[in-house]
Amino acid sequence: MTMMSSMQTNPASATAAPPGDAGPISIRAAAFDGFYGAFQALKGISLDIPRNQVTAFIGPSGCGKSTFLRWMNRMNDTIPGARASGTLTLDGEDILARSLDVVDLRRRVGMVFQRPNPFPKSIFDNVAFGPRLHWRHSRADLEDLVEQSLRSAALWNEVKDRLHASALGLSGGQQQRLCIARAIAGGPEVLLMDEPCSALDPKSTASVEELIRQLRTAYTIVIVTHNMQQASRVSDRTAFFFEGSLIESGPTETLFTNPKSKQTEDYVTGRFG
Amino acid sequence: MTDVPHVPVGRRILANRLFLAVCVFCTGLAVCVLAVLIVSIVMDGVHRLSPDFIANFASRKPQEAGIRAPLVGSIWVCAICALTALPIGVGTAIYLEEFAKRGKFTEFIRINISNLSGVPSVVYGIIGLTAFSRFFGWRAGAAPIALGNPDSMLYLQLPFGSGVLAGGLTLALVVLPIVIVASQEAIRAVPNSLRQGSLALGSTRWQMVSQITLPASLPMIMTGAILAMSRAIGEAAPILVLGAPLLVLETPTNLMSDFTVLPMQVFNWMKRSKASFQEIAAAAIIVQLAVLMSFNAFAILVRQRLQTPLQ
Repeated sequence: MTMMSSMQTNPASATAAPPGDAGPISIRAAAFDGFYGAFQALKGISLDIPRNQVTAFIGPSGCGKSTFLRWMNRMNDTIPGARASGTLTLDGEDILARSLDVVDLRRRVGMVFQRPNPFPKSIFDNVAFGPRLHWRHSRADLEDLVEQSLRSAALWNEVKDRLHASALGLSGGQQQRLCIARAIAGGPEVLLMDEPCSALDPKSTASVEELIRQLRTAYTIVIVTHNMQQASRVSDRTAFFFEGSLIESGPTETLFTNPKSKQTEDYVTGRFG
Repeated sequence: MTDVPHVPVGRRILANRLFLAVCVFCTGLAVCVLAVLIVSIVMDGVHRLSPDFIANFASRKPQEAGIRAPLVGSIWVCAICALTALPIGVGTAIYLEEFAKRGKFTEFIRINISNLSGVPSVVYGIIGLTAFSRFFGWRAGAAPIALGNPDSMLYLQLPFGSGVLAGGLTLALVVLPIVIVASQEAIRAVPNSLRQGSLALGSTRWQMVSQITLPASLPMIMTGAILAMSRAIGEAAPILVLGAPLLVLETPTNLMSDFTVLPMQVFNWMKRSKASFQEIAAAAIIVQLAVLMSFNAFAILVRQRLQTPLQ
């Protein structure tokens, strides 16, 4: 299977749900608890993440939103003492199952980090990294795939003449878009973004936000952000976390203008946090 | 805040200059010592250098003596040392840094490896003699078991005796801690964000190591390898303990061949009272430095080749 065919047959891209409506569910958490050793970082999280929408996680530092994100592709496996209980599924499949192939999970659930982390390789090799891990593409297919991914990440026009130059020579914003291209080249269903703009200047931030809005049609996106304006700009749904608990979640519009909980209201209006 | 006294600017600048002066002095001292060493050796020995000096075997007459046997012996032994110590050392470092669970036991191993690099090399010579030359006394007194024809390039015997294989393996023991510690530091210097990025794309740990960590740390690992080989080529004590013969009049033909190494030859000539032996000893040192530099040049060349795709 190549990534091209998987993109074309992605059923959800044809039936993108209107914003605000939950639609088909991609990731579902129910009574999910997360621990670092004896410390409980996440308490009884129940949340549905709808397919082909952007879901933003907001909340003050240390509220567990990044931790929760890192459970969705089991990146927390690399942290000694991290464990979780409860339900966490991707398309109905148990993410926490011992028998689950983490390598395949991470191909299906891509991740973009807070700081751009391009590999010290060429731009081409960065984007081709994921596909090369999983498939034996012909050179021509790989070139197509790299171009496709760079176009999707709105970076193609800037780098097409220097695909074989070091990725480290790109600007911060370009590097982050490269990391997004790298994440989507493997053909994931879900993209996790952990504060993807916090290390970028306003102009780069705007271009990455624009990109997120475009990518929504092909991918389910979960974005952690400290910036409430960003959440309201890019997301369809928002979840507010506080001290390890999910306080409130719903359509972004509703959560910002008419929150049910007093805590949410205080946070989104800037009274604390 | 206005009540808080300033640190006088003049004194700060003075301290800065003083520190700089101390640093320059230290560097200058190191360079001077090296310069004195090289100049005195070159002045003593350079007129003894000739094609015959390289091509001839040792002799009782200093004007006919050459370093063919120790030069070739050193190359054989160092090659065996590099081929064994580098893979084992880098492999150990990868395991300790990328795969081993952090715990008391791995910490214990880590500390002990660091300590091993401080053990005098003569001790490794004794270990090499026991383990490689004699197989812990197995078949003591009996003839060694021969595998193959003694004239063939592939000849092996058990135990190994005092041939180039035993010598190379013993030197590998000497340099292994250096290789491991340097490689560990090189691997640790690779930012964690790259590991996370690789794993998040669905790589296995081995794919992460082979495609991200190892290429990124290879230049630093090569630097460690250069240090290790410099140490190996200069060691005389462990070879002495192994019982390498004093006078060798042939170059090694297989892994079991008798051998001597350059530092041993230098040591033997230096012991003689005649001034002309001192001179050929100095000439041998020059050759040894040249061999060492070509080793390093080769390593630097490889390192640069590995880095080119990124420029």
